[in-house]
Order: sequence, then structure tokens, then C-alpha cells
Amino acid sequence: MAQEIERNYQDSLKIAFLLREQFPEEVLEITEFRGQVSVTVKKEKIKEILRYVKEEQGFNHLQDLCGVDYYLENPRFEVVYNLFSIWRRLHIRVKAKIDDKEPEIDSITDLWEGANWHERECFDMFGIKFTGHPDLRRILMPEDWDGHPLRKDYPLKGRELWRGFKEILEEQK
Amino acid sequence: MGQLEIEKLSETKFVLQMGPHHPATHGVLKLYTEFEGERVLKIVPDVGYLHRGIEKLAESKTYPSAMTLTDRLDYISSMTNNIGYCLAVERLMGIEPPPRAKYIRTMVAELTRLSSHLLWLATHALDIGAMTVFLYAFREREQILELFEKICGARLTVSYPRIGGVRVDIKEKVLEEISKFTEIMLNRIDEYEGLLTENRIWISRTKGVGVVSSEEALSLGLTGPALRGSGVYYDIRKLIPYDAYSEVDFEVPLGENGDTYDRYLCRIREMKQSALIIRQCIEKMPEGEIIAEQTIDIDIPHQGKRKISAGDSLWSGFIKFVDEKAELIPPGEIYSAIEAPKGELGFYIVSDGSGRPYRMRVRAPSFVHISAIPKLCEGHLLADVIAIIGTLDIVMGEADR
Repeated sequence: MAQEIERNYQDSLKIAFLLREQFPEEVLEITEFRGQVSVTVKKEKIKEILRYVKEEQGFNHLQDLCGVDYYLENPRFEVVYNLFSIWRRLHIRVKAKIDDKEPEIDSITDLWEGANWHERECFDMFGIKFTGHPDLRRILMPEDWDGHPLRKDYPLKGRELWRGFKEILEEQK
Repeated sequence: MGQLEIEKLSETKFVLQMGPHHPATHGVLKLYTEFEGERVLKIVPDVGYLHRGIEKLAESKTYPSAMTLTDRLDYISSMTNNIGYCLAVERLMGIEPPPRAKYIRTMVAELTRLSSHLLWLATHALDIGAMTVFLYAFREREQILELFEKICGARLTVSYPRIGGVRVDIKEKVLEEISKFTEIMLNRIDEYEGLLTENRIWISRTKGVGVVSSEEALSLGLTGPALRGSGVYYDIRKLIPYDAYSEVDFEVPLGENGDTYDRYLCRIREMKQSALIIRQCIEKMPEGEIIAEQTIDIDIPHQGKRKISAGDSLWSGFIKFVDEKAELIPPGEIYSAIEAPKGELGFYIVSDGSGRPYRMRVRAPSFVHISAIPKLCEGHLLADVIAIIGTLDIVMGEADR
């Protein structure tokens, strides 16, 4: 069991180095934690990088796509792609750094259709725009919601009552 | 047609707003559908009615107390949610649960799989029109819930697993009861199959409905039985074994055609495998501790030291929790996935070294499965939409979080 984890880790690391050879300008950092390899990249060529990882390295399953807000750090946001290769049984994580001023990144819905709703959620929760997304709308919050709840500067309790609730309260009076 | 609003677009086209309160949508799912006659032209799912902000809430809780939130994700299989969360935190901290705890967890996870699949079978069959199965399946599900009550005192939101083990040990008497139950269960699965598998009406309602090829299924991100129904061998219990799954024998049933009928067969066969796994777990169950030694270290007091930045008040400021002790949890990030009854349940946890998760992302299978509804429903009839919602096995608590 432990051997297998070690082997998988070595293989993932090899792929990470291959990725750096392929895109020397883009890859910022390769880190390892508990046997999982993450590659931090610039956001500009994210689609090419993921296409390479998918088509050349066989990472055919997009496990997860999510955003993380590193508040007070620069660049502030990160979009995290967790990829898995079913036939090689390997996991790799690609993280794209995104600036606070213009939170934008290319959409990868061409590569994986399943990324559609993940990206919509990421937009809803962090306000990161995915260029080229076919239908970028809020998904979990109401359409007219103000702010992006999972940002760290958004208070846990919310800023104010939602318009819909206010209307109901006013009707009761 | 109480809750359904119908809008006419032209002589033959009309719009049907299905849900959010419709018995066949399994919760508060809303579907905007355009029909030409009875054929689906366009379908747009709308989710978010049950959004409680679990990911945001978890950021303000300590690791042990954030676990109760995971109960409320997929509320009909809370045991596997807990296990998924505990496993993620264990991997983050580098803790290994003792062998007995691993076996207990595997056993209760499979019991949960049985109960979840029973609920799926019951509602799926009821939607399509086979009422009897509903009553039979709930009879067995009740027994499983009673077993849960005997194991940990709770039936639905169990919070039984702990980071590094499980909460209480299982008595020998209860293990015997579970063993007896698996025997009953195996017979009962044959009974359900007798009602459905070769039933002419069932076959004509499910064969060729919601067909999805293996490439499409992978691209859409389908996981669990929905992906295996298309013939892709992707079962995390086999590919990245966790708990005691590497020590028990079981098969992964695969489908061929990727239609509703194949997904039905996959789940039914999976139930049989689950019963066999439970039996093996009871036979091989080792004696010993049920919780890891390091677990006590993570019992962090709720009042951490707070550092407030950017904005002066608690209301508008950003609160960061830091403790006097330098690092409570190693800083880093981990993506850990388990095979929940509905598909791949993943937890992506980012730790900044404080006693609370900096970010907890839940990759919920139902959320991804709902996004596949438009693709699966292409060119089908209104009645098939119901069958497709049923076959994807969705729970809104998990989709909306």
C-alpha cells in the first residue's frame, strides 16, 4: 500500500517535471504534500496546459474544479483543478494564480463539459470570470445577490437580508 | 397538475416549469423545460434552493466540529459523508486509524450504501410506476436504520466516525444481528429483481433511455454507478483503496450500454457486493482500539486567538484564527475522495496551520449529475425525464450544500 503511494507520487512528479519542460514560462512552482503533487501555473495558458495534461498524459477525469481565496496575498485567487488518470491511476493538481484586479481565466468547458457548473459555482462564490464559458450565471445564490460569499472579506453572517426576504417582511406589516 | 405552470409558446411548443416542489424531482430541483408535443426541446436545471453555505460555515468551525456539517450534505447516506471528511483530515494530518476502526468504517459505509441504494430503488421504481418495490425497499431500509441506532444511537445524521477512528465500539451482539441481516438482504435483493429485472414494463421504460457513452460520461464528470453503467472501471474503493477496502474481496459491476436499465443492474449488483463486503468485515474484524492516539491532539478549544485585519469591526473585518501554539495542523492542501453511494465524494481541504479549515471544498456527485440532465434528456419524452432524474440518484442537500 505504502509502496503504491510512493510509486504514484514519483510518477506524478515526473509528469509535473514534463509539464515544466513543455511550458517553462508558465510553471511557477511544483510542490508536494502527503504524496500529492501540485503544479502552480500562470493563468494565461491554462487551457493549453490542461489540454496537454489531458490529451498527452491521459488525465481524462476532472475530479474537481474550485476556487480558493488567499486574502491579502498577491495574486489573491487560485483556481484549483484536481485531475485523475483512470488508466494510470495517478492524481495531479494544477493551480492557476489569479489577480485581484481582473479576476479572469479561460474556461475549460471545451475540454470537459462537466466543468460548466463548477465554473459557474466558482464565479458565484468568488467572482472569478471564466472567459468563453457558454452560460456564466450565478448558480447557488439568487440571481440578484450582491457580493461573492466565499471570499474571505465577506462576513459569515452575510451583509444584509436578501431582497426576497425583505419583500415578505414588508408584506407582513 | 397542481404545482405545474404551463406556458404556451406556439401551437405545438410549450414551457413546463417542473418543480421546485414536485415529488419526482427528489427535493427542491427546478427544471425549466420546453416541449414540442411531448418531446423535450430544451431543459435547464435550476439549483440552489437548499443552499446553506456549508463550505463557508466550515471555515469558522474547528476540524472536529465541522464534521456535523457533512452529515447534512447527502442526508440519506450521512455515514459515508462523515467517513469522507474524516479521511481527508486524517490524510492532511498524517493519522492512521487502528485496524478495528477501519473495518467498522468499511462495514457501516457499506450498510449506508445499501440503505442509499434501497431509497434510490424505491423512489425510482415509484416514479416509473412500480409501487410495490417502494414498500418492500423501505421495509429493509428501516432495518438498516435500526442497526445504525444500535451502533451509535442515531438514525439519520449519525456523526459516528471520528477523525482517527470511530466514536463507540460495536458490541458482538449487534455484529451478529448485522450478519443475520445480510442474509435476509441477499434474499430480498433477489425478490426485487424478480419484480423488476425481467418485467416487460420496466424494461420498456428503462432500456435505451438516457443513453450516455463512456467518453461522454467522463467528459460530463459522471461518477459512481452512473459512470460504471457506461462501462468505465472507476471505483475509488479499488483504484485508491481507503479504510479496509484493500483487504476485502469484491467485484465492481459494470454496464455496457450506458442506459437507465444498465445503471439499474449496476446498482442492484452493487447491493449484493455490499452485503458480501459487510459479511467479510464481520468475519475479519480484529480486536483492539477504535480510535488513533493522536486524535486527542486535534480536540482544539473553540476559542482561538483572533487576528482581525482589513476593517476594524468584527462585522466587516476578516477574522483569522491563530493559537498560541504555533502550528496545530500542518499547513498544506489535500484532495481526498471516497466512493459514496452516489458517486465520487471529494473533499479539498486547505490548511493554513490554524485549528480551522482555511477552505473546505466539497465535490458533490449530485451537483455534477444534475448538470448532466440536459444531455441525457435530449430527444426524450416527458415521462423519460422522470426516469432519468431517478436513475442519476440525486440528493439536493448535497448538490446545493
